[in-house]
Amino acid sequence: MSPIVEFLLGPLSYPFMVRGLLAALTVGIVCAVLGTFVVLRGMAFLGDALAHAILPGVAVGYLVGNGARGPLFAGALLTGLFTALSVGALTFRRQVREDSAIGVIFAGMFALGIALISSVRSYTVDLAHFLFGDVLGVAPGDLLLTACLGALVLLLLLAFYKELVVMAFNPILATTLRLPTRFLHYLLLSLLALTIVLSLQTVGVALTMAMLVTPPAAAYLVARRLPSMMGLSAGIGAFSALSGLYLSYYVNISSGAAIVLVCTLIFGLVFLFSPSRGVLRRRRHGPHSPKIDSTPLAP
Amino acid sequence: MVRFAKILPHEDTNTPIVVQGITVAYDGHHALDNVSFTLAPGERVAVVGPNGAGKSTLFKVMAGLLPPTSGSVSLFGGAPERHICVAYVPQRSEVDLSFPVTVRDVVLMGRVGKLGLFRWPGRADRRLVEECLALVGMTDLAERQIGELSGGQQQRVFIAQALAQEAQVMLLDEPFTGLDVNSQEDILAILEMLRRRKVTVLVSTHDLNQAAHYFDRVLLLNHRLISFGPPAEVLTAQHLNQAYGEQLRLVETAEGVMAFSDTCCEGGQEPHEPNR
Repeated sequence: MSPIVEFLLGPLSYPFMVRGLLAALTVGIVCAVLGTFVVLRGMAFLGDALAHAILPGVAVGYLVGNGARGPLFAGALLTGLFTALSVGALTFRRQVREDSAIGVIFAGMFALGIALISSVRSYTVDLAHFLFGDVLGVAPGDLLLTACLGALVLLLLLAFYKELVVMAFNPILATTLRLPTRFLHYLLLSLLALTIVLSLQTVGVALTMAMLVTPPAAAYLVARRLPSMMGLSAGIGAFSALSGLYLSYYVNISSGAAIVLVCTLIFGLVFLFSPSRGVLRRRRHGPHSPKIDSTPLAP
Repeated sequence: MVRFAKILPHEDTNTPIVVQGITVAYDGHHALDNVSFTLAPGERVAVVGPNGAGKSTLFKVMAGLLPPTSGSVSLFGGAPERHICVAYVPQRSEVDLSFPVTVRDVVLMGRVGKLGLFRWPGRADRRLVEECLALVGMTDLAERQIGELSGGQQQRVFIAQALAQEAQVMLLDEPFTGLDVNSQEDILAILEMLRRRKVTVLVSTHDLNQAAHYFDRVLLLNHRLISFGPPAEVLTAQHLNQAYGEQLRLVETAEGVMAFSDTCCEGGQEPHEPNR
């Protein structure tokens, strides 16, 4: 066997590594596609906060199920949905500034989660898994669940794609086109909650934000159209997930951190070298993108 | 609760647009105070008034974006929230122009409401989009990213989007602000095209000269309706003083009233041209 093939196939001789790779790949792609909307609508802070806020749900699920995965995911999902929807309700009429509402609710929830988990003696190890992920502990059942929920998120995004795009581009247009704006708002928040729960095991609460935001933010620097931004973002997410996991295998570092570091590195490279919005190109061609002079009207 | 609005079709496009006693109050302060008027279909109206006079608020109420504190709007016999035929073309500064969409994508968005959920644009929609692009002279630039265009071109794209929406009432919020003379003329030519298509157009503008020359009627607003009618009747020294007060200097000349304003549009730097 050539060294490269061996390098690539070596880790795959362990079934837990194969499951980890598949789970990471799914999470990388789903996060990156949904993250496109998160980035375009400026919801990055909400995404991060939501990821932290599901901790009490995880904790309750953990305590109830004695560590079993099923109740843990159910608890996370319920809390995620509940908090996403309550923030949506709190801010829809703009009584409270959204960033303040998010800060208040989610920091409180996160503290509650830590309080609950710390009531158990062995909590440090478990807490570390929730915070930073445990992709190599993915059981066959977990993988199936991840794949199904991931597919559900992508399907719903596809089904409401054109409405979500209008909402992201111009909410006023969405209202005058009489789209169900409130439903779409809650739908996006629910999908966000679902996706965060999905990535809990792969990258953990603390780093989910990176999976949601970094790949689409990099793609945004290059893409001119939304489908290409999504495709590119998914590609970056998938590549980061795979190479991050190999990195963690060979260098022996935390898998979640390795995945996020690869993402960040890609973003940095794109930021410097992007042909349209990159920093280096801009410096060479002046700070302003060219504007086209007005063209004559058709008769 | 989440509600899916039922969109009303309107058979009778000859019913006038009636705005009746609209008041919008924020924390006791009246943005609009008992404003009433009636528009004929296909009419072109300039909405003028000082900064903060409630022009954008009026448009938002008419588009069904903002419920009035009291009063009502009837578009072709129905409430605006139930109609898809009214387009609000916002000021360019209100739109995210770095969004990764092409000109054609932006115009196609106008079709999303008519299409309904779970349906993708078909050949007829795409043909309509091409027509709308041609009507505003943007066919050649259809593949450009929206942020790469000049201000006038962006304004034309948003009008094309409203055309794709098949809007019969268009509310253009300061479309001339920040445009050079050529681009302003392009927009005026498009307004002419809209008139031929029997689209009722309301344009908010700071340019009294334009209001006087290119519009059927002028609506002079400063929270309350100061005057509404043909330009010659509305743009009088008395009315302008009522609307602008200290902000506008009026000089009586042999040719009529000259108005000099030292206020300026939000975002614009150049001082106002003298207006007849």
